[in-house]
Amino acid sequence: MGDEKESKYTTVSIPKPLYEKIKARIEGTGFTSVSDYVTYVLREVLASLEEEEKEEVFSKEEEEKVKERLRALGYLD
Amino acid sequence: MVSKPHGGRIVRRVLSKKTKERILGEVHEYPKISVDHSKAIEIENIAHGVYSPLTGFLTQDDYLSVLDHMRLTDDTPWTIPVILEISRPDFSEGDAILLYHKDQAIARMHVEDIYRYDKKEFVEKVFKTRDANHPGVVRVYSMGDYLIGGEIELLNELKNPFAKYTLRPLETRVLFKERGWKTIVAFQTRNVPHLGHEYVQKAALTFVDGLFINPVLGRKKSGDYRDEVIIKAYEALFRYYYPRDAAVLATVRYEMKYAGPREAVHHAIMRKNFGATHFIVGRDHAGVGNYYSPYEAWDIFEEFPDLGITPMFIKEAFYCKKCGGMVNAKICSHSEEFRERISGTRLRTMISEGIQPPEQMMRKEVFEAIRSFSNPFVE
Repeated sequence: MGDEKESKYTTVSIPKPLYEKIKARIEGTGFTSVSDYVTYVLREVLASLEEEEKEEVFSKEEEEKVKERLRALGYLD
Repeated sequence: MVSKPHGGRIVRRVLSKKTKERILGEVHEYPKISVDHSKAIEIENIAHGVYSPLTGFLTQDDYLSVLDHMRLTDDTPWTIPVILEISRPDFSEGDAILLYHKDQAIARMHVEDIYRYDKKEFVEKVFKTRDANHPGVVRVYSMGDYLIGGEIELLNELKNPFAKYTLRPLETRVLFKERGWKTIVAFQTRNVPHLGHEYVQKAALTFVDGLFINPVLGRKKSGDYRDEVIIKAYEALFRYYYPRDAAVLATVRYEMKYAGPREAVHHAIMRKNFGATHFIVGRDHAGVGNYYSPYEAWDIFEEFPDLGITPMFIKEAFYCKKCGGMVNAKICSHSEEFRERISGTRLRTMISEGIQPPEQMMRKEVFEAIRSFSNPFVE
């Protein structure tokens, strides 16, 4: 069980001064470890980068078909 | 552009007419299992991308990851296990099976994983209680002992008495685009609207392009408003009090789990898939009884910086005699004696006795719409 849990995590190196800075910053916050904080920040950064890469999720053809149904239902004029 | 779908793409698992006909011609070749109405609805939600990025029911790795970390194994936030339970499998991993509701084939499933699970662990992590009086807990306790995971493909949809109002994520996304909305706030409800709801919705709408009212229709508790009553009440509100170009009413079929904070995040993810960029999280959202503290469903969002939809926390509204209008605790400085709070129980009593609630509680037109039903409540 312990091994299984460990396999879900990996180690990343960061400079020691940065580690100390983060450690000081998270004192008294809800973060219980530097790892937790770094995970949180990286998730936030990645999500905002992905958000910038938005592209349409339907084709022109699908869009026209959907519009027809929306008109029939009264959602579009 | 509206919100990016959760996990990056809108899942669509609806079979083409030709493939469907072929499979339905070979039904005798597949093992079959029966699913109840609520599971059939979940299958439709998976197939139409309401639960994107899920393409089927959770396999064991994802199931455990959702329980322990509130994320899928690929790190995508996911808080509610979407699972298919059975009593005893008479097929194997690798088999394709058909899922039936009553005598109708609903979907084909490719069984990737069959596994046992710990019900007590499930309820403790999802519902934060083992109390069998909790409606979600009692449901889990009655489930079969095995879970099966794997992708599904939709063959047939259930009859939908509210098809006219049911929009899928692809459809709402096209609709929002046509309306020119870039920011959309979604509001989830299972109630008829009172002035408090209207205040919260309009307060949120002030900051975005469009309001998406998305009532959940499905199995309800005795005493809840019937689905058709909720729709008619909202139609009345829309007709008389909402700007036509800034608000949309569409329903989704879904069975409440009453998992409080975890389910609040799940509701937000569903609305993200519909294209919403913001989601209103209510007081005691998806709660039941006293299992969750009133604002627990707000705190959980702090754990998801990568959710991709912005929660909007607006305190419950009340009428303040001094302010002379609907306000909330954050913006009203007056004491409790001047505040008239809207009680759902009191509203229900007034409605069942045919008494028009005061205008600071419910719009007259909404009340009349509700009253047009001889019994607006689920028996």
